[in-house]
Amino acid sequence: MPHGAPRARRRSLGYAAARPEAKANTPVAIPLARPPAAPPRPAPATGAGRGRAPVTLPVLLPVLGAGLVLSLVCGAGIGASGLTWGEVARHLWAGLSGGTIAPDEVSAYTIVWELRFPRAVLAAVVGAGLSAIGVAVQAMVRNALADPFVLGISSGAAVGANAVLIFGALGALGMWALSAAAFGSALLAMTLVYTIARTPRGLTPLRLVLTGTAMYYGFSAITTFMVFAADRGEAARSAMMWLLGSLGGASWASVPIAAGAVLGGLVHLGWSARRLNALAMGDETAAALGVDARRLRKELFLVSAAVTGAVVAVSGAIGFVGLMVPHGVRMLVGADHRRLLAVAPLVGAVLLIWVDILSRVVLAPVELPVGVLTAVVGVPCFILLMRRHSYTFGGV
Amino acid sequence: MRLDIEALTVEVSGARLVDEVTLSADNGRLVGLVGPNGSGKSTLLRCAYRALRPSAGAVLVDGDDLAALSTREGARRLAALPQEAAAEFDFTVAEVVAMGRLPHQRSVARASEEDRRVCAGALAQVGAAHLAGRGFLSLSGGEKQRVLIARALAQQPRVLVLDEPTNHLDIAQQLEVLALVRDSRLTVLTALHDLNLAALHCDLLYVIRAGRIVAHGPPHDVLSAELLAEVFGVRAHRVPHPESGAVQLLFDRLVVPTPTP
Repeated sequence: MPHGAPRARRRSLGYAAARPEAKANTPVAIPLARPPAAPPRPAPATGAGRGRAPVTLPVLLPVLGAGLVLSLVCGAGIGASGLTWGEVARHLWAGLSGGTIAPDEVSAYTIVWELRFPRAVLAAVVGAGLSAIGVAVQAMVRNALADPFVLGISSGAAVGANAVLIFGALGALGMWALSAAAFGSALLAMTLVYTIARTPRGLTPLRLVLTGTAMYYGFSAITTFMVFAADRGEAARSAMMWLLGSLGGASWASVPIAAGAVLGGLVHLGWSARRLNALAMGDETAAALGVDARRLRKELFLVSAAVTGAVVAVSGAIGFVGLMVPHGVRMLVGADHRRLLAVAPLVGAVLLIWVDILSRVVLAPVELPVGVLTAVVGVPCFILLMRRHSYTFGGV
Repeated sequence: MRLDIEALTVEVSGARLVDEVTLSADNGRLVGLVGPNGSGKSTLLRCAYRALRPSAGAVLVDGDDLAALSTREGARRLAALPQEAAAEFDFTVAEVVAMGRLPHQRSVARASEEDRRVCAGALAQVGAAHLAGRGFLSLSGGEKQRVLIARALAQQPRVLVLDEPTNHLDIAQQLEVLALVRDSRLTVLTALHDLNLAALHCDLLYVIRAGRIVAHGPPHDVLSAELLAEVFGVRAHRVPHPESGAVQLLFDRLVVPTPTP
């Protein structure tokens, strides 16, 4: 400790002026006798203390990428119409390469390329978006229980969507009416939540959660009332379907907007991953690390709201994915947002493709709401993971 | 490597929490800030690490106004340990320390060889290299504080600001943390609750009450019985530390004589 001695001397000199006999004592301060950098504890193996099994990204990412491609093909291939895999592959190729098909294959081609494949693509987009936004919202409000819907955006979107489904609002927009109404009311809800939640000190986590939750109940009440007031049974049923989430309305037309929003969101979040780490440690810590927490939270709110709005507009409110995928992935790769945001979207995409396939085939020809199956598939996986790893949700 | 706070004032909804505080910490000095609860210690420090924007005044590092620098540039010069224990997500120790490199890194670039070297060095410096793979939330209070100091060191700052770094630590850990801070050779401004620790470890003390600095100087000069009675409302007896000779304090309740009508 070359540095300790001069300081200690400075101090004792100050005192020696008053008490000369103090000079005779050793000038080194007591605490220095204890070596500060001496941890003679048996060093535990890396990560052994908590049973986390960190999976390395160079292994995980290619596996998940391949899994995603495979899942997309399966999404196009599995269904009730009894097409062979050879036919499916041919039609997919025809669709991708703009090739030709025989006239008698048009219906099969339509099933593969116009119905199932865009649906699988949309499932991937929605799953990726909800998972990434789940990660972002949990860091933004620093709460492990948060999910993309905690901001109240999705229930706002539901109001617009149900106005279309039940009362036929925005009929002039034709096939775009549902998405447009859902996205429009999501943006409206976002503005409302933002205006109410903001304080002179910016958006604070607790206020955001409380405002979002309150608005969620408010919007839900409106939606419920609309379903209740609907005199047509089928309209109420499709409204219900929408509330539980469904990819049944998927077509190529619904892919670009959702995909664009999700891609944009992913780019922003990937770019902010390091700042998200700092924010997750607390606003004060973030400030000390040179991160403007207020600004970051504002950015995150806008991105989350826009992506949630776009995703919910095409698929309804699919629950569970945005809450559980982030946690599941955290158990796999740890809490670092750079790893989290690389893995979570892929896991969410694959998960939702398969859940959607299941929702089509389990009770075919009846379709189950996706939300039911995300829970059926996700809850056991989640409980298994949680019990296998000593995962802490914040507390120790 | 010096820190100057000049005429810093913080007003929040009409109340002056910090009132024209001026203080400075010379190169390599350990400067303590003491005062009763609610006296404005944390508010003042929050301005230093830019969690709070002061209503007036400036914080200067080596003569450069922090407010004129970008937040990243500021964080490269001044690191801080805020009084904040909230970590909702279980980062590993290595990940926590790596956050200290944030002001040096571009948003998307991977961690460089230098980043890794600096982080490993910072962890070794605080004697926590063996903790690198552990979850931060699973650590003891003393270990956590050591890791947070390593994070601050990884920022490679010139000035270190600490807000009551010894809170909730046992006595050995308290001494260890202060020794680590001193061994960092940085210019340090720290709020401290424990006056005896402050007297032992600080080169210079500033006493703050109701947002104003009421005394400053070497601990021996500042910690007088009169001042302690006035600022902290206690009756203090000064005794010399038997080995270092530094001033230490024993406390009694201050019995205020009731004025006779």
